[in-house]
Amino acid sequence: MLRKASLFPEEMLEHVLSFITSDKDRNAVSLVCKSWYEIERWCRKRIFVGNCYAVRPEMVIRRFPELRSVELKGKPHFADFDLVPDGWGGCVYPWIAALATAYPLLEEIKLKRMVVSDESLEVIAKSFKNFKVLVLSSCEGFSTDGLAAVAANCRNLRGLDLRESEVDDPSGQWLSRFPGSFTSLASLNISCLGAEVSFSALERLVGRCPDLKTLRLNHAVPLDKLANLLRGAPQLVELGTGAYSAELQPDVFSNLAGAFSGCKELRSLSGFWNVFPGYLPAVYPVCSGLTSLNLRDANIQGADLINLVSQCRSLQRLWVLDYIEDSGLKALAACCKDLTELRVFPSDPYGAEPNVSLTERGLVSVSEGCPKLQSVLYFCRQMTNAALVTIAKNSPRMTCFRLCIIEPRAPDYQTLQPLDLGFGAIVENYMDLRRLSLSGLLTDRVFEYIGTYAKKLEMLSVAFAGDSDLGLHHVLSGCEKLCKLEIRDCPFGDNALLANAAKLETMRSLWMSSCSVSFRACKLLGQKMPRLNVEVIDERGPPDLRPENCPVEKLYIYRTIAGPRFDMPGFVWTMDGDSV
Amino acid sequence: MEGGLGSLGGCGGSSGAATNDHTMSKVEVAEAEASSYPVEAELELGLSLGGGGGGGGGKGKANAWGERGRILIAKDFPSVVSQPQRPNNNNTSISPACVVGSVSGTKRAADSVSHEGGSPTAGSQVVGWPPIRAYRMNSLVNQAKAARSEEDKGIGEKDKSKDNLKKKICNGNKISAPGNEKGHLGFVKVNMDGIPIGRKVDLNAHACYGRLAQALEEMFFRSTTSLNSIGGEKQQVTKSSRLLDGSSEFVLTYEDKEGDWMLVGDVPWGMFLTSVKRLRIMRTSEVNGLAPRFQDRNEKQRIKPV
Repeated sequence: MLRKASLFPEEMLEHVLSFITSDKDRNAVSLVCKSWYEIERWCRKRIFVGNCYAVRPEMVIRRFPELRSVELKGKPHFADFDLVPDGWGGCVYPWIAALATAYPLLEEIKLKRMVVSDESLEVIAKSFKNFKVLVLSSCEGFSTDGLAAVAANCRNLRGLDLRESEVDDPSGQWLSRFPGSFTSLASLNISCLGAEVSFSALERLVGRCPDLKTLRLNHAVPLDKLANLLRGAPQLVELGTGAYSAELQPDVFSNLAGAFSGCKELRSLSGFWNVFPGYLPAVYPVCSGLTSLNLRDANIQGADLINLVSQCRSLQRLWVLDYIEDSGLKALAACCKDLTELRVFPSDPYGAEPNVSLTERGLVSVSEGCPKLQSVLYFCRQMTNAALVTIAKNSPRMTCFRLCIIEPRAPDYQTLQPLDLGFGAIVENYMDLRRLSLSGLLTDRVFEYIGTYAKKLEMLSVAFAGDSDLGLHHVLSGCEKLCKLEIRDCPFGDNALLANAAKLETMRSLWMSSCSVSFRACKLLGQKMPRLNVEVIDERGPPDLRPENCPVEKLYIYRTIAGPRFDMPGFVWTMDGDSV
Repeated sequence: MEGGLGSLGGCGGSSGAATNDHTMSKVEVAEAEASSYPVEAELELGLSLGGGGGGGGGKGKANAWGERGRILIAKDFPSVVSQPQRPNNNNTSISPACVVGSVSGTKRAADSVSHEGGSPTAGSQVVGWPPIRAYRMNSLVNQAKAARSEEDKGIGEKDKSKDNLKKKICNGNKISAPGNEKGHLGFVKVNMDGIPIGRKVDLNAHACYGRLAQALEEMFFRSTTSLNSIGGEKQQVTKSSRLLDGSSEFVLTYEDKEGDWMLVGDVPWGMFLTSVKRLRIMRTSEVNGLAPRFQDRNEKQRIKPV
């Protein structure tokens, strides 16, 4: 090979690359030429694997010998809603074992929707001398024993974040396993833990870690002890309280208010389980500086809620229950002009009748008052096309729009029409829309709009929508940047899927459950597309015991260079060339 | 649910009625076995303007498609869904076993027929809908209950609801009980004859029938404040009840997946967990005979839950 590349020394390219951190840019660099591919792979420090089954750990290790940070995702998103049966997969142990041997200097591991055993945690704890950050997001399979191993062994730990994970809690004593000499903690999120932790151990830990910026407690930490913690960590930037109720006593209140006043850097608040409203004014001193407020677990209502939110003039992110109602959202729109993200969750999702007055009008108010709005998740019980059109026109910066009308297939409640036009306006106006979730009564027409306009769309979630394969075909053929598509209970079948088989290789994954895709089509797809894993998930038993035309229960298709996986449970079948 | 039934007719692709006026498709199927996809010809790329919808309706009756697509409101769906299989179904080779099984996790036609007069919203019966994390739902439902009951109770009761809340959050974090792999939340509605407001009970929180009965007794017979707010039912407190052993004026029944009302306690607890949909505390006098199976519809019309 001619050494033309010597005019541009490798070290210089490496230096330039050290400023390029985005995965997409790094991937682009590696495609320029072979020498750039080589230089890039030797200096890549972080890797993100969006689907742990898309590649084998050995392949990652072979290509990137100097990693310091690994991020993996396991189960498909619909696993959050119990649509993926237990035991499907996503076990992280094989990755951890491989990483332990290959990267003794590894510093960060971030996992989402994976099954993590205590054994995995022990391996992590003992294999990486400079381990710094562990994030377990929506994971399961481990207990506080595993956490104790991490606490005891990771001398340089900076971050431990268990957000939304399910943790078995045999002992609350694991916090005591952090040695007395351990002072490096900067971030601790234990909000998902069910049982009490040793408060004295917690207090000592907080007190001796001067860099602690993020502390998210679990509900078991009582309110009257919160002031102690705050006084030990006035440098906190993000705080999640424990249960926010106690008998109203003046000295407890003033103690708490004083402690909050001392936290001048506080920008984010969460927690607030079981709120006793009398204590809410204790946080007022910090409200004006808050940029993020998460009240999704807080049963605050009415004036208490509006008063609290109205104090937070700098708010950029608000997560709240629908107790806020239309009136509260109107107040929010008037006060919080910097709002970029709003999530409104249902307080009584299974109630037959609405328990609060939260309608489409609330979201319209916010879109009118908050011009910077870019991310919305909104649960409500009624919607109109007119409201959606208004919202579409008001928020040009929207990148993530997720609407969940609680009743499946609910039409425009005023006109009784499908909501095609409303969502059509959404995709037509939101030029930068990357993520969209649909709900309500929708025909194939909405998918035509999506395929036509949503050119930057990366993730689409669909439920109880559409009339025919045409709907699916519009999406697969029109959405050029589509990466993840998840569908449930729609009449989409073989035709659209097979017609767009090549598209599937350009996407991370496709999930379809309770649709009309036949076993025959799955086999065909698996046979024709060797770089796709076509997984049929069916708890009724082997699909070849039923007629080929029979629809499969659930289908998960993802591109992969790892070939079929070997850790499938009895209710998952991978369609490959041999199965036809 | 409707989507599931739509799939029955649409097996192997959209099944439009042959009588509909569609243009030919330009879509090319990757595998050129057009003969095994009889409905391929109906996959229409150009949308017609009539009523705002795509081609290939997947409906046997042309009229039915128009009606279903446009005019119905959600409450009407059970009655539409309960219509028999479309006669013009192209894929006549589907076996009955396949048809029933394909609607996993969602209501079947039989269910929706029996629910025509029923109260629970369709949303509460569907697995994974609304799309909220399971353990959060436990927490939320309890907070909703706690919030509502907070209004009735005085300050002294707050600790009780707090403990209850803590317990439920702990349960929410546990690995779900074996009987509930399908993701059943564990919360089922309980209605008692004579009390208009129903409650919800977390079946995952109890290991056996005895515990469940105890919890229900506590909920409905000893909770004097909730009874006071309804008014006039105080004597129930003294008529202390053992719901399971037949010595009480009331009997505990449940509706199972087939829509039948059964006496609680007949089947093993695990089996009960997988088949129970909701509970009802029924007056013994209302029970037709002593058979474990009751006539569903008659009872409903008389008792009329909220």
